[in-house]
Amino acid sequence: MPIINDTIFFDEKAHGEALEKALKLTPQEVVMEIRESGLRGRGGAGFPTGTKWMLALSAKADKKFVVCNADEGEPGTFKDRVLLSEYTKLVLEGMVIGGYAIQAQKGFIYLRGEYAYLFDHLNTYLERMRREKRLGNNILGTNYSFDIEIRLGSGAYVCGEETALIESLEGHRGEARNRPPFPVNTGYLGYPTIVNNVETFACAYIVMSKGAQWFSKYGTEKSKGMKLISVSGDVKKPGVYEVPFGITIKELLELVGAEEPKAVQIGGASGICIPMSEVNRNISFEDIPTGGSVIVFNKERSMLKVLRNFMEFFVEESCGQCTPCRVGNKKLLEGVELLEEGRCSHRYLNELIELGKTMQIASKCGLGQSSPNPFISIVTNFKDEIMSNSIRGNNGK
Amino acid sequence: MESKISQERAPVAQKPHKIDTTVTGDIGGLVDIEINGRPYQVPFGITILEACRRNNIHIPTLCYHEDLCIAGVCRVCVVEIEGMRTLQASCAYPITGKIKIWTTSEKVRKARRHILDLLLSEHYGECYSCVRNNNCELQTLAKEYGVDYYRFGHVDQKRYEVDRSSYAIVRDMDKCVLCKRCVRTCIDLQEVGVLEATRRGYNTLISTFMDKPMIDVICINCGQCINRCPTGALRAKDPSDEIWKAIDDPKKHVVIQTAPSIRVAIGEEFGLPPGNSMTGQMATALRMIGFDRVFDTNFAADLTIMEEGTELLLRLKRKLVDGDENVKLPQFTSCSPGWIKFIEHYYPEYLDYLSTCKSPQQMFGAVIKTFYAQEMGIDPANIVTVAVMPCTAKKFECNRPEMNSSGFKDIDYGLTTRELAQMIKEAGIYLPELPPSHFDEPFGDASGAGLIFGATGGVMEAALRTVYEIVTGREVPFKNLEITPCRGIDGVREASVVLENVKEEWKFLEGVELKFMIAHGTANAKKVMEALIRGELNNYHFVEIMACPGGCIGGGGQPIPTSPEIRKKRIEAIYKEDAELPIRKSHENPHIKYIYEKFLVDGPCGHISHKLLHTHYTKRGKYIV
Amino acid sequence: MIYPDKNVIVSEVEHLVEKYGFGRENLLPILQEVQRKFGFISDFAMQEIAHRLDIHPVEVYGVVTFYSFLSTEPKGKYVIRLCKTISCDIAGKDAIARTLERELGLKFGETSADRKFSLEFCHCIGMCDQGPAMLINDQVFTKLTPSKVIEIIENIK
Repeated sequence: MPIINDTIFFDEKAHGEALEKALKLTPQEVVMEIRESGLRGRGGAGFPTGTKWMLALSAKADKKFVVCNADEGEPGTFKDRVLLSEYTKLVLEGMVIGGYAIQAQKGFIYLRGEYAYLFDHLNTYLERMRREKRLGNNILGTNYSFDIEIRLGSGAYVCGEETALIESLEGHRGEARNRPPFPVNTGYLGYPTIVNNVETFACAYIVMSKGAQWFSKYGTEKSKGMKLISVSGDVKKPGVYEVPFGITIKELLELVGAEEPKAVQIGGASGICIPMSEVNRNISFEDIPTGGSVIVFNKERSMLKVLRNFMEFFVEESCGQCTPCRVGNKKLLEGVELLEEGRCSHRYLNELIELGKTMQIASKCGLGQSSPNPFISIVTNFKDEIMSNSIRGNNGK
Repeated sequence: MESKISQERAPVAQKPHKIDTTVTGDIGGLVDIEINGRPYQVPFGITILEACRRNNIHIPTLCYHEDLCIAGVCRVCVVEIEGMRTLQASCAYPITGKIKIWTTSEKVRKARRHILDLLLSEHYGECYSCVRNNNCELQTLAKEYGVDYYRFGHVDQKRYEVDRSSYAIVRDMDKCVLCKRCVRTCIDLQEVGVLEATRRGYNTLISTFMDKPMIDVICINCGQCINRCPTGALRAKDPSDEIWKAIDDPKKHVVIQTAPSIRVAIGEEFGLPPGNSMTGQMATALRMIGFDRVFDTNFAADLTIMEEGTELLLRLKRKLVDGDENVKLPQFTSCSPGWIKFIEHYYPEYLDYLSTCKSPQQMFGAVIKTFYAQEMGIDPANIVTVAVMPCTAKKFECNRPEMNSSGFKDIDYGLTTRELAQMIKEAGIYLPELPPSHFDEPFGDASGAGLIFGATGGVMEAALRTVYEIVTGREVPFKNLEITPCRGIDGVREASVVLENVKEEWKFLEGVELKFMIAHGTANAKKVMEALIRGELNNYHFVEIMACPGGCIGGGGQPIPTSPEIRKKRIEAIYKEDAELPIRKSHENPHIKYIYEKFLVDGPCGHISHKLLHTHYTKRGKYIV
Repeated sequence: MIYPDKNVIVSEVEHLVEKYGFGRENLLPILQEVQRKFGFISDFAMQEIAHRLDIHPVEVYGVVTFYSFLSTEPKGKYVIRLCKTISCDIAGKDAIARTLERELGLKFGETSADRKFSLEFCHCIGMCDQGPAMLINDQVFTKLTPSKVIEIIENIK
């Protein structure tokens, strides 16, 4: 049974002297600590952070980079905004710890353009860290030097994909790269680079502060620690919640005061939509992984309208380089339009679901691989509602 | 030559993983893998696509091109790797471990079919009204995958206006499949930078700066994008209708000249493997089509050598003897119109380094409308000059306003190899089966020196054969006249010959080491120019630059497809034919001697030739208005 | 400043290239500053930047058209971006959209003739718990109601 009422981020007492502790260890020891904690990437993909850092540490290069992915563009996600504005220390010092762990000299915060109002706040904080010798040359009197620069995005969702982000940092269109090679070997300007989510760095801070063992007592076997969830939609108390991995959707809905829910979109536009019959499923990498977005829809909502909103999002936000994502999302959106008009046969709907499955495995990056998720899950889980339009269309309002 | 300031345009992660030897890398050696259940050993780091090709396992591709960096965007070449959730683009995936690959599993077949369906749903146009009918990679794939209906619909209206503004290149974005080959060609391979992906998502469009028409942006008309376009989205501007009209008009005397590279490539349009010479057959075919005279551009190439070689010697004399500081050396060749436009845009301050010689095509046009018209007693106004070129930039060149020194347009129409093949087919002729014939008098068959103009390094080699002999009175000291340092396919090559025991009138050249450099592809031209600007070419004398990779045999008007292997074959055919010719030096061509006796009577670089055979250049600059 | 003078652009770009450096990796910050300062990135500015960074103008154009916050057309002094993503949508985005269109006399995608306002939709701006939300330049406004929107517009008009 997960511990629900405990908090890590939102408890000031939980914050300790993580940077001091980390710098007393060797980089290898820091990486080992992160590894032991079982920390996995909080952006949604869940790659083990310790492994990523280990690969970057062992890569041989004269320069290495740390990138904090603050391009929080997934619809329904805003936990990174809260972390950056209210728990700045955790994120930025988490980055320094990451930098030390892989022996990087420079870090970037890739801050989405929509959060430009946080730029000054973050810069002021970086200045303060430099004054306090927690950033810059010889951090805390050690031999380790590291600095952080903030780079703004310019309104492109795909730049949240780590290789598209690196392309963007290099001054290119935000088009995802072929992998391998992976950024831990060939990242920014060809140098080993770790790209981690805002929350991941904050977690790394907490792991160093409280220890891997303490951290890993939360969560499930394969999903350690607490998770920040951004809740919005038809709920009484929208906002950011800190919950342990393994929490069921039902428990979460109770916590946030969902009002007559019909469906829950987990993981934002690229996540899946589940009906109330599945609320006993839980949020974890074992069951439903998420970067932290939960949107609740009540019984009044048209799921077709929801789906159209998501598909329009992907048609516009795909980078447009690979065929499945560029054209596939358009075809799915056209399918939604046919459904609205009551002109989509069941046979064609199945064709589109099959197309969605191809997109999931044949697209070049995570965007195209996950963009069919809402289509497939909504048309599967809410088929009766979706297919109820007559030829003229009646509830696609 | 390593250029210090050259930039790699391709993003790091998209550089090609090319591994040529079987033992590479420090991890070294071979990897055991399984493809479709059978074991193979492949070099560490090789891509899945390359591994499959070496083992005769077919994987369809679309955005992949051997000349270009990896894109991995079309996803047609996806394969399944055991244990991985997603399919991988085989063109981009390097083999670094013991993996099991499935190239035709159910998932793979379904995905490829879906991808084709998606591409076809967006591809406007009917195959039978397309210049690439029967030579279209999308069409081939559709056939290969048995596409018999449009699963996800099909666009039924044109969405983009066809851009016909350029003299050379027509863009029809309705046929574009966004493979980005043209982008990689234009930006990475040629470093010209006309085309790039713009916008994003479903609205992504390959476009020019500010979506301007091609005529308004800095395009050098090299046509390399056309050669690599898998569909009919990019094509050359075809003048064959006008040419047919001229042929049909009894009042017109229609004269055609054929460039050196046509003969070694045109067979490919008739299904022959690359590297077959069709010189005599082509001459026959052209007469059958109805051209009144069939001339060989090689004659004009010989003429170019006389003029350009003399110009070089004169520059050397003015520099070394007269101490004229205004003389620019090294002298750069000027036969490649793509290169000319490149330097006019990007290095307008350095135009004085260019030879003032017109290209062979234009020289020939001027000679035909003057000397030939005189000899034949034909009013030049009734002569229509057609030039078959491996080149799309020649279409622009013949329309340059300054190219009218005869009082008429030197060349009326520039035709590409592909378009000529089309005309031959239209005339119902199967080229390979024709009996060979000779070119027409008064220009006749030319020298091997003129012929090798078609290959990178050829102009240099031809010039050296003549210049060395003029200065020393002896043949160049290379076996069989094969100046091997000029040959090869490295992007930038250099070499030198020492002039010893020179003739009396060239005493000032005694002991001079004549240094020369050869580059092909404008990306390499850029390297050379940057070196020139840095002052590294101060003691060089002659530089040959061709805009297209491989020289003219790799021109933008040549048969599609192109690849390093195909270009190599064409080059070999050129050198083979040169070796078999009785006359292999420009100055020994009897027709050349004749024209200097009869017409260009004040000799190479004299007044007449200056008026007819030389030109000037325009400082264009790189701002797009 | 309706159309910035070429000399102003040249010196601004020169200044920015000095500030950030000649490498292509500095392209985005340079473009962002030009966008902020002039309200758009003119074709002359794109070429000037391209030549300074030794890349092709079309590459800069490709980048500018990729990112929705960069534009080649002049934008208003106040760029209003209303979030159209699902959480804001179900929180009442449509009423806000209608109010904005009516009060500004603009349709979405348009810029006012006096170049004071540009009205656009944007995707999720991370204010899903406080929707409907919009950005005016870098500032964020949340929990919008039609009357609140009218007040905001009046204040900057």
